[in-house]
Amino acid sequence: MLDLVRTRSPEEEIVASPMAIRGLTVSYGQKPAVFSVDMTVQPGAMTAIIGPNGAGKSTLLKAALGVIKPLSGRVTVYGKPLAAQRARIAYVPQRASVDWDFPTRVRDVVIMGLYRELGLLRRVKPRHVERTMDCLARVGMTDFADRQIGQLSGGQQQRVFLARALAQEADLYLLDEPFAGVDAATEKAIIGVLKALKDEGKTVVAVHHDLATVVDYFDRVFLINTRKVAEGSVGDAFTAETLQAAYGGRLATAQIDQISRALG
Amino acid sequence: MLWQALTLQLGYNATLVALGAALLGVSSGVTGTFLFLRKRALVSDAISHATLPGVALAFMVMVALGGEGRNLPGLLVGSALSAWAGLLCVTWLTRHTRLAEDAAIGAVLSVFFGLGVVLLTVIQTMGTGKQAGLEGFLLGSTAGMLQTDALIIAVGGALALACIVLLRRPMTLVAFDPEYAQSRGLPVARIDLAMMGLVMAVTVIGLKIVGLILIVALLIIPAVTGRFWTDRSDRVALLAGLFGGLAGYLGAAISAVAPNLPTGPIIVLASFAFFVVSFILAPGRGVLAELFRYLRFQRRVHIRQGLLALAQGQPIYEPLTLRLLKHAGLARADGVATGKGRAHAAKALRDEKRWEVLRADHAHEAAASHYDGLRDIETVLTPDQIAEIDRRIGPPRQVVQ
Repeated sequence: MLDLVRTRSPEEEIVASPMAIRGLTVSYGQKPAVFSVDMTVQPGAMTAIIGPNGAGKSTLLKAALGVIKPLSGRVTVYGKPLAAQRARIAYVPQRASVDWDFPTRVRDVVIMGLYRELGLLRRVKPRHVERTMDCLARVGMTDFADRQIGQLSGGQQQRVFLARALAQEADLYLLDEPFAGVDAATEKAIIGVLKALKDEGKTVVAVHHDLATVVDYFDRVFLINTRKVAEGSVGDAFTAETLQAAYGGRLATAQIDQISRALG
Repeated sequence: MLWQALTLQLGYNATLVALGAALLGVSSGVTGTFLFLRKRALVSDAISHATLPGVALAFMVMVALGGEGRNLPGLLVGSALSAWAGLLCVTWLTRHTRLAEDAAIGAVLSVFFGLGVVLLTVIQTMGTGKQAGLEGFLLGSTAGMLQTDALIIAVGGALALACIVLLRRPMTLVAFDPEYAQSRGLPVARIDLAMMGLVMAVTVIGLKIVGLILIVALLIIPAVTGRFWTDRSDRVALLAGLFGGLAGYLGAAISAVAPNLPTGPIIVLASFAFFVVSFILAPGRGVLAELFRYLRFQRRVHIRQGLLALAQGQPIYEPLTLRLLKHAGLARADGVATGKGRAHAAKALRDEKRWEVLRADHAHEAAASHYDGLRDIETVLTPDQIAEIDRRIGPPRQVVQ
């Protein structure tokens, strides 16, 4: 097919993307969890990474961030190597990845988001505290600033992690299952914050497990099952066919029908 | 006698030992806190046992070179080198094999210690005559401590503390959330290694006073003790330094009074005494506070259940409930509600109904999440909201008598 509209060259696409992944393979032992995956995150959009359990969703995110060392592949952030662009990325890990009995208060966790500014020895100034409280206010956790983190519910823990990411004032936000096991109030609070980020022109990528809310929450989807299955706008890439391809028999036909109806 | 020891009036040597032990306690307590927060307390045990072959080899080398085998700086350098080798072994085994860290620690600890014991035996048969004293490194010995020894401890401890002040933020971040730290570009592996290097430094300077077998106690017990008193990591570190320093000072003073008792174990026992007191008495996390909280909660539950039973005219069988109701002036000994009891019971039942409405209503979700069967509804709703709910329930009814 002849392209009449001039499309961007592959290299231009990488430079324009907040995060471009090429040929990423990650393996635990001899079994690849993610195999030769390409992903091009679109700026200013909200993207959901979707796939069945064990499909490599979180692994993809962690490898893209350098938390896990990939076997092969290249990751660029706004066209430059990851190491040079750390300050522009904020990561919200899974809540279960830390020990919540750790002796620290909610505000101290959020201040960790200011690590780059505070460095090793700089003092925490009133403006830092102000920013911390501002981030807590955005996730509706102002009243909890002085609580020990062990006293929080699961949803509150998730909001604290989000506040810590907000404190970084990054351009690209990567979240690992932000809605997993949280109450409805938290889900509403988090999606509100993420949509506000999008309105500010920031880019959001989240590993997401609830197919029912994809259409409401996200603009774009990235379907993965070890390999990339589909990538594109919700309208193009989130279809009965792509879901079938990603989930195989694991998704009941009724669920797929429901989703296709939701898509209209 | 103990008072004299505590006020440093027991002679030059006892004073040196007490100050040295206190300094060691401060630096090991603070350093150990980060090890404890990182949940890698036992690695220090491997590190400390791995010092023994280094001590023995350093002795042999110094004797072979025609020097004084018991030169402390020389022995400490040897112990640091072999401790570092032991640490690298644990790190390598954990990272490149399928062995879990505890197995790697066990293997490295026993092999290095075994090697050290063999080397000590060899030294004893060497017949250089001056070998006596190396065994002191096992459990610590403060007899004949020199000013230079105290100076080494002071300088080493101060350097370790300075490094911790410098690295406290990255070390705390890595201990709490290593994945996030990595995502921020922190060199997590190198920070861990630096922390272990500090642990090693403290171990080496503590060899003379506490000995290699017990130094792990001085790294861990003060941190665990501090944790009972606070929920903030920086304060845990400060308290651990305080408890460690006090234990070192106290232990050294006691052993100065009773010279037959070994210093190291006494310091560890002093440290343990602080732990026991904190474990029992600390507000918040201590066992007594925990017990009182449990009893208070149990009391609230029983009274609430009793009130609801009174309100619905049900008999109360539980003796504890009856006793608590009677004590609070809410019921008579035979289980019949007093006037005050009827009022409270009516309120409890009405609150229960209000909660029922509240929990069924999606609009009140945030408030409903506070429901625990005990809470007064006024603490989550405004009077207007309660009035609105009451309109839905209907007018109050007479409580069954």
